[in-house]
Amino acid sequence: MNNMHHYLDFEKPVAELESKIADLKNLADGKDMNISSEITKLEKKADELRADIFSKITPWQKTLIARHPERPYTLDYINMIMEDFLELHGDRHYADDPAIVSGIAKLQGIPVAIIGHQKGRSTGDRIKRNFGQPHPEGYRKSLRIMKLAERFSMPIITLIDTPGAYPGIEAEERGQAGAIADNLMEMFTLKTPIIAVIIGEGGSGGALALAIGDRVLMMEHSVYSVISPEGCAAILWNKSETAIGQNEYEKAADALKITSSNLKDLGIIDEIIPEPLGGAHRDHQTAASSLSDALKLHMDQLNEKSSEELLESRYNKFRLIGKLQEQ
Amino acid sequence: MAWFKKSKKIESRTVKVPEGLWVKCNSCKEIIYRKEVDRNLKICPKCNYHFRISAKERISLLIDDESFIELGRDLKSEDPLNFKVQSIYKEKLSALKRKTNINEAASAGTASIEGKKVYIVVLDFSFMGGSMGSVVGEKFVLAAERAAAENIPLISVASSGGARMHEGIVSLMQMAKTSAAVAKLKTAGIPYISVLADPTFGGVSASFAMLGDIIIAEPKSLIGFAGPRVIEQTIKQQLPENFQTAEFLLEHGMIDMIINRKDLKQTIGKILSMVALKTASVTYTS
Repeated sequence: MNNMHHYLDFEKPVAELESKIADLKNLADGKDMNISSEITKLEKKADELRADIFSKITPWQKTLIARHPERPYTLDYINMIMEDFLELHGDRHYADDPAIVSGIAKLQGIPVAIIGHQKGRSTGDRIKRNFGQPHPEGYRKSLRIMKLAERFSMPIITLIDTPGAYPGIEAEERGQAGAIADNLMEMFTLKTPIIAVIIGEGGSGGALALAIGDRVLMMEHSVYSVISPEGCAAILWNKSETAIGQNEYEKAADALKITSSNLKDLGIIDEIIPEPLGGAHRDHQTAASSLSDALKLHMDQLNEKSSEELLESRYNKFRLIGKLQEQ
Repeated sequence: MAWFKKSKKIESRTVKVPEGLWVKCNSCKEIIYRKEVDRNLKICPKCNYHFRISAKERISLLIDDESFIELGRDLKSEDPLNFKVQSIYKEKLSALKRKTNINEAASAGTASIEGKKVYIVVLDFSFMGGSMGSVVGEKFVLAAERAAAENIPLISVASSGGARMHEGIVSLMQMAKTSAAVAKLKTAGIPYISVLADPTFGGVSASFAMLGDIIIAEPKSLIGFAGPRVIEQTIKQQLPENFQTAEFLLEHGMIDMIINRKDLKQTIGKILSMVALKTASVTYTS
């Protein structure tokens, strides 16, 4: 099955080893001892190689992992860590936006509201979900569910994974800017705990519109940025995105400080959730159980706070980012 | 004799460079005599396009004479990312300061409008496209927090390309921070009037600018979330004729009204006379 995986360029050395291992496995049928010891040797080598590659991964490479087509998406995490998930649809004004899924479910037995960007897996699904780029109705739906959660005293969990809010004619006609702004404002008034987790791509305002949390967490290989490295590079080099390449993207990604460790250092996020070696896409279950444990831990901490305390500390948390003193 | 030479140098610097006599309208593309535009509050006499004006011009246009007291004038970006690709952000900022003679892309303070005390925040497009970084965010929040504490209405005038890329995630967080401050005003029942001038996009439109209790736009201003070029590249189609104009937004129900620059102060005064009854009444004495 290994050769079915999607490998990123910098993973190629591992990919070669793994396809060799797969070939050997097919050959051996597990009976030939010589071959199976060879397999064990190669597997160890592949792990070491992977560990080595991942120890010096660049911010641009992280961006590619964050966008990896086999990375777990919101619905994958919901299926792995929640029970009794009921999807709730529609913004009650215009439409249901498949780029955001929302609903109620139980996390380790506790009822929660869950909202997240959803990218598609198959081509058809990707198109249906607009590659995880919401329209205004997606944000309005999410706000509706958040208010529902507030009414019924359920904590809100948001999973963020979007290249950005969709830049299109209809999105503008229906008030994309206003829909995002409303979420930002309203989330500061919700009297229930909010935990936001960047699970893949945290693309600018379209990501932030779900990311006002009492806790903001990031999966280890996710990224969070005001602009994509490609967009940033296009502006800095004043060329179209196709006229520049990896070299520029590397520099832009580096300068923008978009990785989980960058953002932890900058005091933007509260915690990094570790991923299995090679990234969450290599082992969905392990990534999911780390996420589940982190969510439970923070939920328990936040549940002890009164709603006044929550609102005040949520305000102060964001108020202090980029706070300046007069000189 | 160094002091003598120095003063001479300063003198030569203050000589005004004559600006172009003619100016091209962004909207109708007509070439117009600059003085004619200036006399007309920088409104195109041919098509009523409202040219971008500086924060200073905007403030003097909106408020009662000499009533402005600035807040956070010396706030300075700490360059949170230490941004140095292609050009050095810190150097860019100081160069701009020298060139434009303004400190940042926003001015904030208190003033009175038709006798009513307000807090006011005005963005200036000439300073890095009016982009919102930590300073713009901080100034907005300072004004909004004081407005909330003192029970005084808040007015903002946006003119911005969006978040400031050079401050990365910190810029993005200014969207959260400013929206949080507006939430404070809403909870307290203090009026917030947002004026959108050409252009208002991205992180500014998707935060405080679109959160006004009443939203006013200037005629023909371009307003939206994504810039027209980005949309065109994404959908690979030509955009409709009046797409993202103030008129388009009014038609789609996104703003309350379009007001000519000449009538802006009076309109805000009128709004305040009705919605700001419960706010602290400070009479302006001339």
